[in-house]
Amino acid sequence: MAEALKVPTMAEYMAEGKKPEVLFWVGCAGSFDDRAKKITKAFVKLLHNAGVDFAVLGTEESCTGDPAKRAGNEFLFQMQAATNIEVLNGYEIKKIVTACPHCFNTIKNEYPALGGNYEIVHHTQFLKSLLEEGRLKVEGGKFKGKRITFHDPCYLGRGNGEYEAPRDLLRKLEVELIEMKKCKSEGLCCGAGGGQMFKEPEPGNKDVNIERTEQALEVQPEVIAAGCPFCNTMMTDGVKSKNQEDDIAVMDVAELIASAEDL
Amino acid sequence: MQIISQILFLLALVAGIWFFTRNVKRLIRNIKLGKVIDRTDRSGERWAKMSRIALGQSKMVKRPIAGILHVIVYVGFIIINIEVLEIIIDGLLGTHRILSFMGGFYNFLIGSFEILALLVLIGVIIFWTRRNISNIYRFLSRELKGWPKNDANYILYFEMVLMLLFLVMNATDYQLQLNGAAHYSQEAGIVGAFPVSQFLLPIFDGMSNASLIIIERAAWWLHILGILIFLNYLYYSKHLHILLAFPNVYYSKLQPKGEMDNLEAVTNEVKLMMDPDADPFAGPAEEESDAEPEKFGASDVMDLNRVQLLNAYTCTECGRCTSECPANLTGKKLSPRKIMMDTRDRVEEIGEIINKNGKFEDDGKQLLDDYILREELWACTTCNACVEACPIGIDPLSIILDMRRYLVMEQSAAPNELGIAMTNIENNGAPWPYNQQDRLNWANEN
Ligand code: SF4
Ligand code: SF4
Repeated sequence: MAEALKVPTMAEYMAEGKKPEVLFWVGCAGSFDDRAKKITKAFVKLLHNAGVDFAVLGTEESCTGDPAKRAGNEFLFQMQAATNIEVLNGYEIKKIVTACPHCFNTIKNEYPALGGNYEIVHHTQFLKSLLEEGRLKVEGGKFKGKRITFHDPCYLGRGNGEYEAPRDLLRKLEVELIEMKKCKSEGLCCGAGGGQMFKEPEPGNKDVNIERTEQALEVQPEVIAAGCPFCNTMMTDGVKSKNQEDDIAVMDVAELIASAEDL
Repeated sequence: MQIISQILFLLALVAGIWFFTRNVKRLIRNIKLGKVIDRTDRSGERWAKMSRIALGQSKMVKRPIAGILHVIVYVGFIIINIEVLEIIIDGLLGTHRILSFMGGFYNFLIGSFEILALLVLIGVIIFWTRRNISNIYRFLSRELKGWPKNDANYILYFEMVLMLLFLVMNATDYQLQLNGAAHYSQEAGIVGAFPVSQFLLPIFDGMSNASLIIIERAAWWLHILGILIFLNYLYYSKHLHILLAFPNVYYSKLQPKGEMDNLEAVTNEVKLMMDPDADPFAGPAEEESDAEPEKFGASDVMDLNRVQLLNAYTCTECGRCTSECPANLTGKKLSPRKIMMDTRDRVEEIGEIINKNGKFEDDGKQLLDDYILREELWACTTCNACVEACPIGIDPLSIILDMRRYLVMEQSAAPNELGIAMTNIENNGAPWPYNQQDRLNWANEN
């Protein structure tokens, strides 16, 4: 895959006087984190594959302010929100899709009261709707029959009540979907939320991601599926610290679909 | 003799209700120390949620053993207390089982109360063994040492004794009716049905009517005094939840759990900063121009809102939150239950000062540091597992967040690395030190 991906920006659309069907909000992790960038690309491939007319903000995008808000810096959060809302409203954005549950939660729940009203969906919800509309084909492919467990991101599951979209997609891949003892509304956090991603943990006897990885390993999966770039990092580190990285892959649901299709 | 006992009963009743009213007033006064928060919207949904969660105990049965036992004790205790109505009327009028004119239905009621009393007794005994003998994670935490553990056990002993007294009272009453003792026996024959206490009769075999009356009266008195004491003990106990669970669920947050409130004071400031034309003297600021600028976040209970304080008084200290908390499970100091218990202890401490001095005077203490440690606050991942686990709609996370807000916005006291991440967001729009201009570089990398 030598050629670069085609990723149109809102500015380009604007210059041509066009509007995309949906804005892809990439998020900080999706833009800068090496592991998360792969998820971003996999998702873009799926968008192209389904013929979705999308654009990104590119350099006009900025952190939603989620980590600042959960860390207690409401001021910085609202500054970020105001800046982003200005850009989004400037482009008259109606619909947004994002692969990050933190961006999803913040834009969905906390932006409206600050003047940012958009229809926003998590990428697993979006992919599911593409599937239902028949625009995207998902078939078993190479994951058929594989033991896969899904780790619920807190801000998608408990935070916003979406447990089924990612699971529906996995079922479409005809995998053997196995649940950890703590799943869905009782799912255990990966340990990254609330700003923890960016700091050392408080003294304790274990890291949260290790605890969660152990719960995942209990069900002996071949793949741990994730729906959040931060969970992905945490679970990948967990699997590595258990020296299981050669046997167990940690993959985003979008990556699973893209690689099943050999995109 | 009869009239003296009626008078004594009246006095006990008045005293019991007087103390209870005083406690309720203090409770309301203390909750009102918190800030006003509007949770009166969507009343239909609130009623539905309250019926489901508080009345229907839908979250309790997520842990089947404890849940079902709790439902039995809860239903049993409430229904048996219908009997208190009759006890009060009998006590005031000097009558014997005044409601027995209901005939068959009365017998059915008394019979069911007895069966429920037995079930409650069994339930409470199992609870006691779970709390004191089985090694259950959530009953072993450090915040349960001392008073909280005793409180839990006292209540269990109380309920055991009350149920036993109820059964003894019925058994001796039954025997007296069988003996045809004056005041007890009625023309209608035996009143009440005694499916459980009849098995206690052998204990009283051969006793004179006089002794039986003493035992019956003693059980009767202790039972009703016990209930009055229980009523007044509530205020000092985690058992306040039997009353507060209802309003607490009613006023709980209806928005998605991931949503956290936007501070309005901040919104106004941000607007001023972003809009050069905005008039900095417009709006409410004018009237309060010499008022102190609003404090961001919470360092003490007065900075929290009334629902958060109601939460603290409602907490049952069950620890379901803590046993789901990722930070706690991995040995960090944070325990959401402790957050709630600390908040209540601190409100109570302030309440005591007000009781003494008539108003609050700074005692040099606050919720932050004197009760809740920064180390606890910074260990939270904001995962909402505690909120989800709480059977009565308590939100420990909202208190954690408000206290973090105080630390960050008033004290600039975020942990170092977190401070760096925030500076990055401020300067280059991402928590890492990457340039915003490079935000689309991924599209061209392979
Ligand atoms: S939100 Fe915080 S306190 Fe509550 S369970 Fe999660 S980490 Fe623990
Ligand atoms: S906050 Fe809720 S779950 Fe936690 S101890 Fe109190 S009542 Fe139990």
